[in-house]
Amino acid sequence: MSKDIKADPAVPADGDPYGERIDEQPHRDATPHAESGLSEGAESVGTAATGGAVSGRSASLWSDAWKELRRNPLFVISALMLLLMVVIAAAPGLFTNQSPRACNLANTVGRPQAGHPFGFDIQGCDYYTLVVYGARTSITIGVLVVGVALLIAIVLGCIAGFYGGFADTLLARAADVWFAIPAILGAIVILSVFNQRGLFQVAFVLIVFYWPVMMRLMRSSVLGTKEVEYVDAARALGASDVRILRRHILPNAIAPVIVYATITVGIVIASEAALSFLGVGLQLPAISWGLMISVSQNRILQDPHLLLFPALFLSITVFSFILLGDALRDALDPKLR
Amino acid sequence: MTTAARPEAMPATPGTGDLLLEVSDLHVEFRTRRGVVNAVNGISYTLHERETLAILGESGSGKSVSAQAVMGIIDTPPGYVTQGEIRYRGEDLLTMAESERRAVRGQQIAMIFQDALTALNPVYSVGWQIAEMYRVHRGSSRKVGYAKAAELMDRVRIPSAKERVKDYPHQFSGGMRQRVMIAMALALDPDIIIADEPTTALDVTVQAQIMDLLSTLQEETGMGLILITHDLGVVADVADKVCVMYAGKVVERGPVRDIYHNTAHPYSEGLMASIPRLDQKGGQLHPIKGAPPSLANIPPGCPFHPRCPYAREVCTTDHPPLYDVAPRRQSACHFWEEVLAGGN
Amino acid sequence: MATDLNGRPRTDGEPLLRVEGLVKHFPLTQGIVFRKQIGAVQAVDGISFELRRGETLGLVGESGCGKSTVAKTLLRLEEPTAGHAYFQGKDIFALGKRELRALRRDIQIVFQDPYASLNPRMTVGDIITEPWEIHSDVVPKDQRDARVSDLLRRVGLNPDDRNRYPHQFSGGQRQRIGIARALTLNPDVIICDEPVSALDVSVQAQVMNLLEEIQDEFGIAFVFIAHDLSVVRHISDRVAVMYLGRIVEIGDEKDIYERPTHPYTQALLSAVPIPDPDIEAGRDRIVLEGDVPSPANPPSGCRFRTRCWKAEDICAEEDPALIDRFGHGHPSACHFAEIREVVTS
Repeated sequence: MSKDIKADPAVPADGDPYGERIDEQPHRDATPHAESGLSEGAESVGTAATGGAVSGRSASLWSDAWKELRRNPLFVISALMLLLMVVIAAAPGLFTNQSPRACNLANTVGRPQAGHPFGFDIQGCDYYTLVVYGARTSITIGVLVVGVALLIAIVLGCIAGFYGGFADTLLARAADVWFAIPAILGAIVILSVFNQRGLFQVAFVLIVFYWPVMMRLMRSSVLGTKEVEYVDAARALGASDVRILRRHILPNAIAPVIVYATITVGIVIASEAALSFLGVGLQLPAISWGLMISVSQNRILQDPHLLLFPALFLSITVFSFILLGDALRDALDPKLR
Repeated sequence: MTTAARPEAMPATPGTGDLLLEVSDLHVEFRTRRGVVNAVNGISYTLHERETLAILGESGSGKSVSAQAVMGIIDTPPGYVTQGEIRYRGEDLLTMAESERRAVRGQQIAMIFQDALTALNPVYSVGWQIAEMYRVHRGSSRKVGYAKAAELMDRVRIPSAKERVKDYPHQFSGGMRQRVMIAMALALDPDIIIADEPTTALDVTVQAQIMDLLSTLQEETGMGLILITHDLGVVADVADKVCVMYAGKVVERGPVRDIYHNTAHPYSEGLMASIPRLDQKGGQLHPIKGAPPSLANIPPGCPFHPRCPYAREVCTTDHPPLYDVAPRRQSACHFWEEVLAGGN
Repeated sequence: MATDLNGRPRTDGEPLLRVEGLVKHFPLTQGIVFRKQIGAVQAVDGISFELRRGETLGLVGESGCGKSTVAKTLLRLEEPTAGHAYFQGKDIFALGKRELRALRRDIQIVFQDPYASLNPRMTVGDIITEPWEIHSDVVPKDQRDARVSDLLRRVGLNPDDRNRYPHQFSGGQRQRIGIARALTLNPDVIICDEPVSALDVSVQAQVMNLLEEIQDEFGIAFVFIAHDLSVVRHISDRVAVMYLGRIVEIGDEKDIYERPTHPYTQALLSAVPIPDPDIEAGRDRIVLEGDVPSPANPPSGCRFRTRCWKAEDICAEEDPALIDRFGHGHPSACHFAEIREVVTS
């Protein structure tokens, strides 16, 4: 009796790698929600009714997702928080008329008071102004790192997933090597080589450690998408690889990577703070929440406000990105709809 | 290979054995975020010993949900049985305590699913899973359980059953897995087996093996069989009587011969006219226009009226009851006489 | 008299498509870094057939027989291991990139799964226009809108549907969209890979009728791949029965269904229930034992011999050729081919 070789799903064991067997069970009866999409009243022999019946349903996945998102309070809250943070980062002058460099040592570690709601730091600088200006560094690092890493991930992930073969093996192994190194430890090692550590050096190191995860995610998403029949259909029409990737694979494969990237923005911001806290990230006189927390570490008990305010802003930002990513995932996951 | 001369179809048995199951006016709805889905809207049928009832319908007709309701395996929420009775040997399962109902489920009424690969647990051997039935319901020891499992696997004609008891589901072919499912269903000698599209995922030669096995087992045990399917051929092959379902309702029911030879409902008539037949060539197929409705949005009046060639004004407003067409035969069509006279 | 591969006299010259000795083996490999081949799944193992202009050849068999792999290789979606496929005299398997692109206009495909075969991110209009973006000389830019409307109307959809997305359509409607896409380049051949098996019974007939209308109207030849023997009989002029990567019997629809000579064809046909209780009650059914052997390790000689009631020693030793050896009028790959009627028409 055939103990056949179906154990390995990658192998077209029953001789037909396109899974005829699975597809030959069309008449799975209603679990009703699976059916609710097909509400047209007319299978268009007389087509008149086709227009109206489902017009209540919206068009593309993204616009469906947008509808879903707008109804999700978590999304609304996190998006508003992030919008606020981005505005702060882009135009700190709107939120404070003081310069972060205008300090008066007489005010050193002053407590919050009227006109100076967050108090003063050791140098006697207005802490509220510093926190406001710190947003720019955090947001910039987060967006820059994830933006560049995402770009690398999309390009390499598409190549690895679509073409497979040697390029895939090479890229996958390269990513594995990076996985093996704990990000923070690796970052510390690389950063300690630089004698000047500004925003770009820190961003560079974080990019180096964050692209592999996204690349692998992109790769597996492309791998899944390229097996779907519409890709075969496009190929049968004579579409070039570039067209197939751009029109058919990328739009269908990118959603999980976008979700992950959104969450990663928050994590990157936290990582910058962690590196700065450990003394290998940004250096004074740069202004960043991480650096502010780092400087305050010896005075937590005496002057808790030095820790509290930058930590609060940092947490809210990081948390908002993660919430946003979660909301995006819920909205983009077709299985939940 | 065997050339199975088919036993002369039993002289119409319906109604001769004990009444096993009586479903009346069953309603099931699913309350989803997008609204209420009326999966089953009042179906009734009876099943006697040795009888095979086919529930025939397309996807979205509610045929599987009605079976799940009888088994009591509908997830609540979102699914709710809102109305009706399911009487097993006279006792209403719906008003029973959950513990009593559990005793009926599996022991008296067992179910076979379409997809044996997902219905079997991949991390336990098939023998373990069959033996589990004895351990849970009969308190048998592990050893006895395995022995019984091997016996059952032999009974459903799995070759070298003893050696294969410890094999895992993925080591079996689709047809053999379906046999394992049947063995599990048979384990506790149920009165009723509900088979939900048991052969849809299988190749036609394997389908023949499985249907053959089910009828042999039915002859041996005298159980009642409810066969849920979309395949008109399979129904003609094995069923004694048929319920044709559409949009969660029974639109026609009666003995299989009557329905196949002269339908009394436009939907069943349309189905017969739309399928190509192995023994006939040529001629145009006459499809039913349109597509089955969504259960979330069932047309008012007769749910079939938008697709029906007989439809008149009254069909858009009045829901037709099940009219008696002949003894033991009903049709939910205002114009059943016309359909019947038209022949097919 | 010279006869063609199907045992019929050559009368009308070169067929549109002639497949000779098509082989597709999928290597089975082991190891992650250093892959080594430990065997091969013999999905298709040497099949030959011809397709004439405007006719429908049904390719029927159970899952794993390799029928879908034939489709993929004919379209070069999979590279064949060996063999030739001549389309109007040119070997498809030897075409370079540019010639292959040109071939796409001649051979198109309709897929099984109406849910997977349309890109969910493109509107119906975009899906139908895309072929003309790739082959820009087929329809001039300014006529494309009108052509989309024509095509949609032709397949029974509303031209206004062009701005909607695939998920807004039912299975049957999606299949119509897939058919419209296959028609965009005015092909001579459409390979239909299980085009109706994912559809509801009441909708299947609509799509089959549409395919037949289109064939009559445009003179397109179909290779119609399906596991449903009733569907194949309805639509096909000629039928090839496949088992485990081989064609076991090929001939006119009437020959295959009314005078089958290969035991597998006979078993297959007798296993299909006929929707008539009286006919069913009187039918003898050939119930095969066991399962289809693994294509990674097929039996020697005749591949069907492990399940065949006629098998003798010679079947294990000698691979029966697909020829008409007893004058039955059509070729059959069995040492003991004989007509047995299993379907009464």
